[in-house]
Amino acid sequence: MSAMQKLMTWVDDRFPLTSSYKAHLSEYYAPKNFNFWYFFGSLALLVLVLQIVTGIFLTMNYKPDANLAFASVEYIMRDVDWGWLIRYMHSTGASMFFVVVYLHMFRGLMYGSYRKPRELIWIFGVLIYLALMAEAFMGYLLPWGQMSFWGAQVIINLFAAVPFIGDDLSLWIRGDYVIGDATLNRFFAFHVIAVPLVLLMLVVVHLVALHEVGSNNPDGIEIKKYKDPVTHFPLDGIPFHPYYTVKDIVGVVVFLMLFTAILFFTPEMGGWFLEKDNFVPADAFKTPEHIAPLWYFTPFYAILRAVPPMFGSQFPGVVAMGLSIVVMFFLPWLDRSPVKSIRYRGPIYKWMLAMFVVAFIGLGYLGTQPSTPVATWIARVFSIMYFAFFLLMPWYTAIDKTKPVPERVTG
Amino acid sequence: MDVNGNPKINRSKRKFLVAATTAVGGVAAAGVAVPMVLSMMPSARAKAAGAPVEVDISKIEPGMLLTVEWRGKPVWIVNRTKEMLALLNNHDSQLSDPKSETPQQPAYCKNPTRSIKPEYLVAVGICTHLGCSPSEKLQAGSGGGMVADWPGGFFCPCHGSRFDLSARVFTGSPAPINLQIPPYQYLSATQLLIGEDAKGA
Repeated sequence: MSAMQKLMTWVDDRFPLTSSYKAHLSEYYAPKNFNFWYFFGSLALLVLVLQIVTGIFLTMNYKPDANLAFASVEYIMRDVDWGWLIRYMHSTGASMFFVVVYLHMFRGLMYGSYRKPRELIWIFGVLIYLALMAEAFMGYLLPWGQMSFWGAQVIINLFAAVPFIGDDLSLWIRGDYVIGDATLNRFFAFHVIAVPLVLLMLVVVHLVALHEVGSNNPDGIEIKKYKDPVTHFPLDGIPFHPYYTVKDIVGVVVFLMLFTAILFFTPEMGGWFLEKDNFVPADAFKTPEHIAPLWYFTPFYAILRAVPPMFGSQFPGVVAMGLSIVVMFFLPWLDRSPVKSIRYRGPIYKWMLAMFVVAFIGLGYLGTQPSTPVATWIARVFSIMYFAFFLLMPWYTAIDKTKPVPERVTG
Repeated sequence: MDVNGNPKINRSKRKFLVAATTAVGGVAAAGVAVPMVLSMMPSARAKAAGAPVEVDISKIEPGMLLTVEWRGKPVWIVNRTKEMLALLNNHDSQLSDPKSETPQQPAYCKNPTRSIKPEYLVAVGICTHLGCSPSEKLQAGSGGGMVADWPGGFFCPCHGSRFDLSARVFTGSPAPINLQIPPYQYLSATQLLIGEDAKGA
C-alpha cells in the first residue's frame, strides 16, 4: 500500500471522504440527456462563491455608517488597489445571480422538475430565491446612494401597510423613525452574516434533497427505473464526475466570457445593474424623480402597483405581491398533468407557459417605468395572466392532451 | 424487569420528560430571543432625536414653504395666502377624504384647512403611498407642469399622487389617504413646536 493509500485509509476510518466523493461525484449518476438548460444550477453555485469571496474583500474597506458608507464605496472604487474590480464583480454578480436563477427556475417549469418526488427540492429552491431577494435588497442599501435609500424607503413602507401592527413593524425593521444609521447597520449585519448563512444552509439541503432522489431530465422520466442488473447503476445515467463536471466547465467558461464582458465594458449595464441615481449620496429630503427597484424585483413591484388601494389601505397590493411569490411553493400540487416534461405536454400548457413568460417579462419592464394610467392597466392584465398560470393550472393541466412518454431517455 | 432482565421502560414518564424538556427549552429560547428582537427597536438616542422641534415661522413669506426636520422626516410649513385658502373649498368632490375622516391629523386639525391657524399648514412631507417626498407645486394653474385647473398643492414624483394645499389627496392617486399632520402647537405667534400637542389639547 502506497503512502497516499495509507493516508486515505486513515482518513476514511475517521471521516467519510471516499464514500462522500463517490456518493456525490464519481458515482452520482445523472441522466445522460442533460441539455443547455442544465448549466444554470452549477453556475448559480459559482456566482454564490463569487459573491461570498468578493463580499469578504469589500467588507475590509466598507464602512456601515450613514456618514461614511457612500464615501467608503467611492474610496473602494478609486483608491483601493483593484477595489473597482472587486466592487464591480460583486454588483455584476448580484444581477447575474438572478439571471442564472431565473433561467434555472424556468428550466424547472419546462421539464416539471418540481413534480413528485422532487417537491422538497423545489420548495428549498423557492426558499433560496426568497433568501436571495432579501440578500439583494439589503445589499442594495449599503452603498447609501439615493436609490439605496429611497428604494428601501418604499419597500419598508410596504410593511407599514400591514393592518394594526404595520407602524410598529416598520419602526422595528428600521430601528428609527426614518431610514438611518440604525437601518444601515442592521442591513449590513443581515447582508454579510445572517442571510448568507441561511442561503448556504438552504443550498446544502437543496443539493442533499437532489442527490437523494436524483436529477430530473428533459424527458421528465425516472432513470432509476432501468438499472444495470449487476452494478445497479441506472442504464441511462452517467457519473456526474467526470462527465458533467467537464460539461459544466464549458458552461462556466462561456458564462465567464459574458460576465467579464459586462464587468469590463459596461458594469452599470446602462443603469440596469447599477442605477444612475445611486451615484448620488442618500438625501432624506429629496426624492429622486423616478424610483424603480433593480430589474430582478420589478415584476413583483409592477404587481404591487397594479393593485389599487382598497379601504384606504395599500395592503391589498402588498398581499398580491406576497402571494405572487408564495404561490410558487404550491406549484408541485397545482400541476395535475400525467407527464412532467414540456416535450410530452399538450398545447395548452405550452401556451400557458408562453403567456406566463410574456407576463413576467412585461411586468418586469413595466416595473421599471413610471406609472401612467395606461401602464397600470396593462400591468393589471399581466398580473392576472401571472396568477392565471398558477391558479388555473389544476384545471388546464388535467384537460391538456399529452403525448405518450418514452420508457428510456431520448437524445 | 422484562423477559431479558432489562429494567421496564416507563414510556409515559419518558414522553412526559421529553415534552417537559422541550417546553422548558422552548420557553428559554423564546426568552433569549426577546432581548434580541427588542434591541432592534429605536434606541434611546434615536428616541431622543425624535423629540419635538421649535421653529420660527416669522420668516416665511406669504405663499412660501419652509421645510424643517422632525424625526428625520421633512415637515412642511406653508404660509398660505388668502387666494390659496379660497381655492381650497372648490374641489371637495375630487378628494378622497375632504373632511379628513381618516385619523391622519390631531383632532384640533380636523377642519377644512387641516391646521390650527388657517394660514399655516404644517404637514409631514412623506407620501402616504410608499414614503417618497412629494414636490411642491404651490402655484395654482399649469405653470408647474400641472393641469390648468390645478389649485396648488403637492405632486409626488414617484407614483404620481397629488395633494392639495391642505395636504389632502386627490382621488385617482396611488396614495390612499391624506398626508399626515404632526402634532404641534403655537408657543407664541411666531414660534411653533412640532411633535407635541398643546397641554389639554
